[in-house]
Amino acid sequence: MSDFDRRSVLKAGLGGAALLAGPGIVPVRAAGWTNVPEPNASIRVLRWKQFIQAEFDKFAEQTKKFSEKTGVKVKLEAESWEDIRPKAAVAANVGAGPDLIIGTLDDPHKFPEKLIDMTDVADYLGAQYGGWYPVAEKYGKKGKSWIAIPQGATGGCLNYRVSHMKAAGFEQFPKDTAGFLKLCQALKKNNTPAGFALGHATGDANGWCQWALWSHGGKVVNEKNEVVIDSPETIAALEYVKQLYETFIPGVLSWNDSNNNKAFLNGELSLTLNGISIWTVGKNSTDPKQQEIAKDMDHAPMPIGPVGVPTEQQNVLVAYGYKHSKYPKAVKEYIKFMWDKENYDAWEVASNGYVSPPLPAYNDNPVWTSDPKITPYRDCLKRCRDNGFAGDLGYASAAVMGDFVVVDMFAEAASGSATPKQAAARAAERAKRYYQV
Amino acid sequence: MAVMAESVAAQVKRSSLWTRAFESRNFLGAMFMVPAIAILILFLAYPLALGFWLGLTDTKIGGAGRYIGFQNFVSLAKDSVFWLSVFNTIFYTVTASVVKFAVGLYLALLLNERLPFKSMIRAIVLLPFVVPTVLSAIAFWWIYDSQFSIISWVLIKAGLITRYIDFLGDPWNARWSVVAANIWRGVPFVAITLLAGLQTISPSLYEAANLDGATNLQRFRHITLPMLSPIIAVVMTFSVLMTFTDFQLIYTITRGGPINSTHLMATLSFQRAITGGNLGEGAAISNAMIPFLVAAILLSFFGLQRSRWQQGGRD
Repeated sequence: MSDFDRRSVLKAGLGGAALLAGPGIVPVRAAGWTNVPEPNASIRVLRWKQFIQAEFDKFAEQTKKFSEKTGVKVKLEAESWEDIRPKAAVAANVGAGPDLIIGTLDDPHKFPEKLIDMTDVADYLGAQYGGWYPVAEKYGKKGKSWIAIPQGATGGCLNYRVSHMKAAGFEQFPKDTAGFLKLCQALKKNNTPAGFALGHATGDANGWCQWALWSHGGKVVNEKNEVVIDSPETIAALEYVKQLYETFIPGVLSWNDSNNNKAFLNGELSLTLNGISIWTVGKNSTDPKQQEIAKDMDHAPMPIGPVGVPTEQQNVLVAYGYKHSKYPKAVKEYIKFMWDKENYDAWEVASNGYVSPPLPAYNDNPVWTSDPKITPYRDCLKRCRDNGFAGDLGYASAAVMGDFVVVDMFAEAASGSATPKQAAARAAERAKRYYQV
Repeated sequence: MAVMAESVAAQVKRSSLWTRAFESRNFLGAMFMVPAIAILILFLAYPLALGFWLGLTDTKIGGAGRYIGFQNFVSLAKDSVFWLSVFNTIFYTVTASVVKFAVGLYLALLLNERLPFKSMIRAIVLLPFVVPTVLSAIAFWWIYDSQFSIISWVLIKAGLITRYIDFLGDPWNARWSVVAANIWRGVPFVAITLLAGLQTISPSLYEAANLDGATNLQRFRHITLPMLSPIIAVVMTFSVLMTFTDFQLIYTITRGGPINSTHLMATLSFQRAITGGNLGEGAAISNAMIPFLVAAILLSFFGLQRSRWQQGGRD
């Protein structure tokens, strides 16, 4: 059966499935799956390194089940997610290495022609489970073809100490940027400050700086990929962050992705952007002080700015197979198996909500409501934009993020080493070097 | 029979050719050089040429790229972050190398004296060089931490400061902090190599100087320094090269931050080429390091290997 024929069937099935699918109801099998792995297939899978051991153990267990079911041998390896980026690039460049990589963000958009077309897998999963989040689709698709399958996001939410927030005069966590600034100022006054990474922290610094930029209407590029970062909206965002920075704990200019975890769990930090890891570590810690912090903390989405809609940037995980693989069908079969709701759900439970799902149908997993502190992480993909917003994902978006153009702009303006106007102009000049190519 | 005779003749001819070849000094010399040449071409010349070529292309990761002449360099010439990295690299190399030389020479002179537990002290001095760079970098990252720095903690406990020092959050603090980490790591190499050089100086020279009534300073100025200068030239060339191309310390401690104030050319090259995906531009930054490195080597060799000066004369 050709792809065209199968997709026609999928589309027809999707219509029926959509009718059946209500809130929280998974549609009945709407899509066919005819892929057959190559005989004696053996694939090498490289994925991001686990933060929660139970999550990786479950992933490995599911992988073993897949091998038993299909006969496909899988060699599973894990690397720190920041180290996957260069490895993925080298694999694309030399045409050798892992068959499948589960990495991050726009990496597959840097070498789309080296990747297996995953359209049939994405169509199957999308049809089966009622469609992908739009941002997941943006990360997965290049033109009309899917080059990667989104796995979700190691979501980031605001981590805060409830008692410190209340002591600062707030009963509820503020939902807008104005209230958020007031909270940070009050926390500073009480000597229980907030802190957000402004060093070259790939996840945390890019995460909150992009949010600050977008929440005020600023963006690096417009829909035509023209650099528009030097704008009044960006200046407003820089002025806002300048005020926020004054309330931060000292040293954030040097922070990488782990500094805030350490400071929060040591009780020195009351508010920061992070994954669910701080709470998980605190909860499972043998240290009574950290257990107490875990009990006293909660999570919230990033506040909404003047633009009036959520503008988060999340560390979206994407799986992509290489054309150099001898077993592309086995690669697809593996993804289909691991992403099937039953298996994904079991893995999500083991991860304790570490990965925000890419398909809204997966939101009904009981893990998300098992503790109200986990729930904000469920909808990370619903609230987030892609890192190339409002333009395309590709070399330029990856280069601007990899070169910390936006983070440096905020760091310059916040620390006073440049005025907001100068910082925005410099960021525009740096971004143009990539977008003009 | 005729066939057999012919093959024997051919064999004799062949063997005589082999024998003659192996008896030829020129042929044997060339043969012995082949493995070395092959290794040099494969692991040195080819990567260097490829790097140089990549710097002249717009190659992206996963893409073929095309020749664009010196466009990468023209673009870099207008890039303020690149020039900042050039400044940082020169600052890092010069300050760290000068201090490493001074401290290394002092330690070498000290260890050359009669000391109790001399062997043990020499082994201890070597320790920073033995520890893997990444491990020592992580240790320094903790030492410089804005919330958990042991230096700040001790100073606060001693009542000398009231708040933690922002070692890595302030551009100049960060620069000096990474220089200090590099010095700690690099001193043993300089010290031990210079110590080896000191031990080759004949004691009779010092004895003669003593008889002539030379002071310690005069002995150092007129015997130690000139006799040591060839070793100094070599050790400082290596030290400058290793410092100029340093990557691990910076990447582990600061990733080039804050606001690119500790980005060296090597770390910027990696960031642009691998993280950012622009292999061509990353290679161009690496290529831009070559003139500086060549200049450093020439300076070390021609500046410190002045034969007349070594012999006590003027240049």
